[in-house]
Amino acid sequence: MNVLVWSARQGKENNLRVRWIWIDKFVEFVSGQRAVAIKNVSLAEEHLHDHFPGYPIMPASLLIEAMAQTGGILVGEMRNFSEKVILAKISKAVFHAVVRPGDQVRLEAVVDNIAEEAATVSGTIRRDQELIAEIGLMFSHIDKNLGGMEFPEENFVFDNDQFMDLMRSYRLERTS
Amino acid sequence: MALSREEICDKVQETLMDALGVDEDEVTGDATLMGDLGAESIDFLDIVFRLEKAFGIKIPREELFPAENLLNNEQYVHDGKLTETGLAKLKAQMPHVDFTEFEKDPDLNKMPDLFRVSSICKYIESKVNAG
Repeated sequence: MNVLVWSARQGKENNLRVRWIWIDKFVEFVSGQRAVAIKNVSLAEEHLHDHFPGYPIMPASLLIEAMAQTGGILVGEMRNFSEKVILAKISKAVFHAVVRPGDQVRLEAVVDNIAEEAATVSGTIRRDQELIAEIGLMFSHIDKNLGGMEFPEENFVFDNDQFMDLMRSYRLERTS
Repeated sequence: MALSREEICDKVQETLMDALGVDEDEVTGDATLMGDLGAESIDFLDIVFRLEKAFGIKIPREELFPAENLLNNEQYVHDGKLTETGLAKLKAQMPHVDFTEFEKDPDLNKMPDLFRVSSICKYIESKVNAG
């Protein structure tokens, strides 16, 4: 059995949530076009104690994760979260500066392309005006891909309440 | 405005370098996408997206790379090889591909060799200059 299917099933059986939320809020969200999210980086995040002792910097992989969540929600929302959207490819990841505790980073994701099977997103990460990273991602709508493999019926990507809460709090803030 | 074969191939080369993270000198006309350039299935879609953008054209999914429905059809595939009907169908679907070698032994495992940089150039040329 495919690892992805297996872990999704295990997660359901054990009632686990295998995902965690890695962005703090959306500040802009234009359906189908672009989204801007904020992430505050805190020394209270445990991984910074080890990466690195005495010189805490946010790992590049976790900057990519933050962009993948920003872009993934943007892509998922286009079809009302009916598709299982998973990160399929990191086509570009260029880093210009390091991110430290106390920084606030601004993640902007722009949809380049969307088709039945997949979508591509261009992302930039900034701290104030400074460009930190440029990231290109490709998301797969897995039900329409992977040669007819079967995936669990329920949408294990967006069954995370926290993802939905992010959208709700963004909309609430807009309307109040 | 018609583009020359050279202009098209330069742009295709650039597209493949971006999509697959390979160097300029690796993207020769004869290079196979999967074997030589390390493309995986998700890359094919990425390449299609990028070509559409670079040339301002629409690329139907089955035209540049063959549809899976052909491979999952018993009429077209037998014992891991394409049948005569299957081969004819594939050839009709992909007139931009050179089948000379493949025809001698249409083993499915050899299908990846069909996708070469030069066949993408040819395909784009037929699309762009068709009017």
